[in-house]
Amino acid sequence: MGLLSPAIDLEAPKKEALRNRFGDTLAELGATETDLVVLDADLACSTQTKRFADKFPDRFFNQGISEADMMCTAAGLAAVGKKPYVSTFALFAAGRAWDQVRNTICYSNLNVKIVPTHSGISLGEDGASHQSIEDLALMRTIPNMTVIVPADAVETDRIIRWSLQVPGPMYIRLVRTNHAVIHPDDFELEPYKNQVLRQGSDLTICATGEMTYHALLAAKHLSERDGIEAEVINCTFIKPFDTDTLIKSAQKTGRVLTVESHQFIGGLGGAVCEELCAHHPVPVKRLGTQDRFGQSGKPDDLFKEYGLDPDSIYAEAKAFVASGR
Amino acid sequence: MTESAPPADLIKNAKALPADTTTVDVDALSELSRKLRIDILDMIFTAQSGHPGTSLSCIDLLVCLFGELMQHDAKRPDWADRDRFVLSKGHGAPALYAILMHHGYIGWEEKPTLRQVNSNLQGHPASKYVDGVDISTGSLGQGLSAAVGMALGLRLNNSPAHVYCLIGDGESQEGQIWEAALSAPAHKLTNLTALCDRNSLQIDGNTEAIKPLGDIGAKFEAFGWNVLRIDGHDFRQIIAAGHRAKAWSQETDKPTMIVCQCTKGKGVSFMENEAGWHGKAPNAEQYEAALADLQPDVYYQRLKEAN
Ligand SMILES: Cc1ncc(C[n+]2csc(CCOP(=O)(O)OP(=O)(O)O)c2C)c(N)n1
Ligand SMILES: [Mg+2]
Repeated sequence: MGLLSPAIDLEAPKKEALRNRFGDTLAELGATETDLVVLDADLACSTQTKRFADKFPDRFFNQGISEADMMCTAAGLAAVGKKPYVSTFALFAAGRAWDQVRNTICYSNLNVKIVPTHSGISLGEDGASHQSIEDLALMRTIPNMTVIVPADAVETDRIIRWSLQVPGPMYIRLVRTNHAVIHPDDFELEPYKNQVLRQGSDLTICATGEMTYHALLAAKHLSERDGIEAEVINCTFIKPFDTDTLIKSAQKTGRVLTVESHQFIGGLGGAVCEELCAHHPVPVKRLGTQDRFGQSGKPDDLFKEYGLDPDSIYAEAKAFVASGR
Repeated sequence: MTESAPPADLIKNAKALPADTTTVDVDALSELSRKLRIDILDMIFTAQSGHPGTSLSCIDLLVCLFGELMQHDAKRPDWADRDRFVLSKGHGAPALYAILMHHGYIGWEEKPTLRQVNSNLQGHPASKYVDGVDISTGSLGQGLSAAVGMALGLRLNNSPAHVYCLIGDGESQEGQIWEAALSAPAHKLTNLTALCDRNSLQIDGNTEAIKPLGDIGAKFEAFGWNVLRIDGHDFRQIIAAGHRAKAWSQETDKPTMIVCQCTKGKGVSFMENEAGWHGKAPNAEQYEAALADLQPDVYYQRLKEAN
């Protein structure tokens, strides 16, 4: 069972960048997994695939600023038995190279792991042109594709190790920021299970990626200030979606709030609504970019602007419960 | 990721330029460029975020385009027959904002807002926020196709307007650049001039070490373009090439590409030719050092020594 470790101090958590751990884990795995190859598109210093490149230059391919080319090259490597991990910013992986991912990687069900960094609005100052707020929707609809969003560096590490053993295409979405660590060092991944990190009976908060920490903090404040007990599910597995955990929780709480650094259409909110509609309809409220592009700004300023900071989530959850729906 | 000298091919076609640019006031242009370099650094330093290398690399080109080559009017940003400019390498936004402020498209009071929430000065140029930006850019490789579309549309309208598009050399690793490079001659576009900032650097290092562009001019020639090769910091050459490009396109029914040999980080000694200054803001100490390099005596002395 999940549940947040009591050792985690939500008000002053340890922080670590997911992409740093991604780079380190790849570099470690490269020593024993000789079929592991890594591709990047002129962003190796940002995505941290450089950490692998420095140790295994022969198995690292910097394709230059050529994301479409990179995706199909990875497909070719997979077709001859290599295990490619591909990275760039999420917008360029899921957006620019979507057709390549669909037709050349997923249609052939090739073993390509796409691990983009800099997803969502916390990419920050570069602005809307670089902020992928549609990638979960884009990737989720492709047959054969598995879509995963780790919530912190520890979970990133476990997901990367596990993914190496599981054939087939995966999209593993990371972020740029130095982010709160909410899993203990000895965390063990339960594949395809979305963990209940906090139990409650008044509402369910489904959060994904860096929003899970914000949701936990909001839930803590709801309990302390208002006596509202929120159940928080860390939605790591967006596809296939862990329907059981969601439905059990919804049966208990009767209402579901979804939170994602993504459009409120087609991503986590979309997946949750699809499952609830089919199995156990309850009122839902979806937080995300409300059909608006992102913009430049510091990550925390942007979370506030788009209603995705812990305080905004707290206020939305409180109003949702008070509405009696 | 090593640095190597810029390819030697670049300046050889300068013979195609007319010699007479005696009317160009080089001193005034240099002085404007020097000041705009300071504005660029001010913006990036205040934001503590942004791309100094590319902005300093292309500001001399923008000074010539907006000051000497393009027909435009900040008071009439919707003027149908204005010349168009597409900054395909959108991360050069600070340079574009600096020149647009100088020409009155953007108020100076906006200068400190670069990259802040609810600013018009987005990290990459966005048409929604700024007059003088007709098409949003930032995702590399897309601007040249957009410029081709503009040129086609303006030609349908019988407009005398000319379209200029600036691409990066690293950006030219995107396949779409070469799709557009095939389209423009296919449509016999004579109202399109492209410029390539050939500074030989991209994020992860030297372009020639990552995915070599080699003689990029020869590649465009092979795709059906006229090609001029200039020093992208020499105002006479830039302006002469701009005029020559238009005339040459008319004579040949082909679009023209100006390959501009530039120095990434130009004007700030410790940023020049350093890939590390691609997307990094200077700290207070580095900012002071950069400003010292941009004081007139130091700046012009270094330019003199470089030539
Ligand atoms: C499609 C796409 N891929 C990657 C990036 C990230 N990126 C921004 S600038 C840059 C390097 C650009 O190099 P170059 O075109 O040579 O421009 P310079 O900075 O040297 O002027 C990269 C890879 C991007 N903006 N768009
Ligand atoms: Mg370059």
